[in-house]
Amino acid sequence: MTRKQKRLSVIVAGLAFLGAAAGLTFYALGQKASYFYMPADLATASVPPGQRIRLGGLVEKGTIVRGQGATVAFSVTDKQKSVKVTYTGILPDLFREDQGVITEGAFGPDGVFVADSVLAKHDERYMPKEVADGLKAKGVWQESTN
Amino acid sequence: MVETGHFALVLAFALSLVQMLVPLVGARTGNQRLMAVGGPVTVTGFALTALSFAALASAYAGSDFSVASVWENSHSLQPMIYKITGTWGNHEGSMLLWVLILTFFGALVAVFGNNLPSTLKANVLAVQGMIGAAFFLFILATSNPFVRLNPAPIEGRDLNPILQDLGLAIHPPMLYLGYVGFSICFSFSVAALIEGRIDASWARWVRPWTLVAWMFLTGGIAMGSYWAYYELGWGGFWFWDPVENASFMPWLAGTALLHSAIVMEKRSALKIWTLLLAILTFSLSLLGTFLVRSGVLTSVHAFATDPARGVFILCILTLFIGGSLALFALRASRLTAGGLFHPISREGALVLNNLFLTTATATVLVGTLYPLALEALTGGKISVGAPFFDLTFGPLMLPLLAIVPFGPLLAWKRGDVIAASQRLMAAFAVAIAAMLVTGLFIDGASVFAALGVGLAVWLVVGALTDLAVKSGFGSVAPAIMLRRFAGLPRSVFGTALAHLGLGLTLLGIVGTLCFGTEKILSMHPGETVDLSGHTLRFEGLSPRKGPNFTEDRGRFLLMGADGNADGAITSAKRFYPVRQTVTTESGIRTIGLSQLYLSLGDENNDGSVVVRLWWKPLVTLIWGGGLVMMAGAAMSLLDRRLRVGAPAKRRKPAAALATPT
Repeated sequence: MTRKQKRLSVIVAGLAFLGAAAGLTFYALGQKASYFYMPADLATASVPPGQRIRLGGLVEKGTIVRGQGATVAFSVTDKQKSVKVTYTGILPDLFREDQGVITEGAFGPDGVFVADSVLAKHDERYMPKEVADGLKAKGVWQESTN
Repeated sequence: MVETGHFALVLAFALSLVQMLVPLVGARTGNQRLMAVGGPVTVTGFALTALSFAALASAYAGSDFSVASVWENSHSLQPMIYKITGTWGNHEGSMLLWVLILTFFGALVAVFGNNLPSTLKANVLAVQGMIGAAFFLFILATSNPFVRLNPAPIEGRDLNPILQDLGLAIHPPMLYLGYVGFSICFSFSVAALIEGRIDASWARWVRPWTLVAWMFLTGGIAMGSYWAYYELGWGGFWFWDPVENASFMPWLAGTALLHSAIVMEKRSALKIWTLLLAILTFSLSLLGTFLVRSGVLTSVHAFATDPARGVFILCILTLFIGGSLALFALRASRLTAGGLFHPISREGALVLNNLFLTTATATVLVGTLYPLALEALTGGKISVGAPFFDLTFGPLMLPLLAIVPFGPLLAWKRGDVIAASQRLMAAFAVAIAAMLVTGLFIDGASVFAALGVGLAVWLVVGALTDLAVKSGFGSVAPAIMLRRFAGLPRSVFGTALAHLGLGLTLLGIVGTLCFGTEKILSMHPGETVDLSGHTLRFEGLSPRKGPNFTEDRGRFLLMGADGNADGAITSAKRFYPVRQTVTTESGIRTIGLSQLYLSLGDENNDGSVVVRLWWKPLVTLIWGGGLVMMAGAAMSLLDRRLRVGAPAKRRKPAAALATPT
């Protein structure tokens, strides 16, 4: 091979590598990113059972039921609709009624959302940003009310 | 005192303006006297910033609640250590720490940079001055830590309880030493572009700075990871959280820079690329500062959100990244290309390293920024987490790790893969053996786990092979070998240690993820639970009162094989009344390199308590490997060649000696 051909082959190999990495990244973004929904959004968006999503809202008052062992059931609401959620594990320290929460997991075949993680990341007003924005958009919560 | 600090900060801002203009003009016009202004001004600016920081720290230590930032983030009942560390446990104070470290590095260049060409030094200090001026202005305009309250409140609002931990004393200063340390590499690059001249000695000046910054960034990330691990009570060591990614991206790019700077120093090749990498690394540091400080993300790091701050940092970001890249585009073509090399050579291996590392940086960047961009453009909200990074970052890292041991064994210019492979045969055999043992003899080991263990062992033994080969193992008498071993350049040890540390970290990750076990259950007092061969008995909850919190402590006894207790583990639920916040204090017991980790959940109505337990095999290696990597960087820094301040002439023979292969 001449020097020119060598250089060309190195460049082509490098570009192929970058192309493969870029392809993988876009594929992963399409497949592995989980979308954020609030309960009322689920009426319009069809989320098949088994697809990972994030579900956010307020923990509905009076719905927290502690079951066998460490399993907990509660409802997440945006004051328009609510969704039943079950979770096995330790709830975050900041988990409480009427406070914002984000759960991640998938719907089971029975329509109950099975969460494998419950986040209560928040600012000092105990309201995750996504949930606050969503509630504000629906007009059921204002920053001053908290 | 507070007003003195405020005044010193304003003066430091004014001096940074002098620092950015006068040496630059001096360098343009060739005026030595103007250039000489840079040094003293930089050192004075650092002294003033230090005074300002000391003033703020003393306000925190003395609980002066007439200062707004102290009132918001401190409490008179806090233990003294948290009063002091609380100085940077908030937005304003942490930005002050940021500029303190920036001016500190500038002062180091001013004091120890006497062997630099005067125009280069003047330009470097001027660029440091520009960065300083921008951030001083940012602090004074949007995040002033010295704002007073009138009337002064009697009591403060307490530091965020999650931050009331020793980790706050270590993690942020270390991380900032790393982040901001890369500003020196950035300034050197921009200075070289301003001069339109760059040579191999430039790399020799820049490499120690890169090493220092990289060493602290490694420590800062490892410390942050361990802190999150024990403080959050989730048992995880890395969450691919955007805030973590913000510090990981400069680390990846900085690692690439560290390697490409070697090529530039030894072979005068990759000059332009190294320059670009230095700019990109600090740009990613700035991006990290923006992501964490602007409030676009919700996390424990986003102390308070104020849109003006985000816009301001975004402007700084655009100015510096855009400006430096524009300068690069204009000037880079003037720089001459360096030595040629065969694709299979030490240089070639380092280029491959750079290709992998920068691509990996890019995937992390996409995963971090895509959700933000999507939300800004369409309003759609997505989260990109571990599954995304497993699929993109993972496949990039695996081949990179597999080829790491080859790099140091290849010769410069034209290498011999077959010879290198022969030298690595022993390491390869050990790795295969480790893989087989893992796969065949450990219950529940998956193919991935076996591969992971094999790869980690390959890295560790490969690093040791490098040392053995270079000291002539097997070809010379043991006495000569020992003498050669002792005489190896420190940077060879540095390389081997860093690669070995990487292997240890990988081993820790594989051990924890693939062989860890976990149990969640409700326990009554007196009940026992078995986890991976360890028996724990729950003794019950007992209340206790701390200085500024109350807690329920759950006591667990670790039962030995003979039925007697073999030590206790306590985990607690703490309640901080001032902020009405509950935190979980995890209970950890280190056994060998592994850890038993338990965290307490809520109390049930029947008196039982939810408990989550983990057995985490080899988990301490994750951070231990980080420490070994830091030791590697420190070792490289001790290399004669790189000794800051050693006269340039004496270095030449040392550098020639350092490259026997």
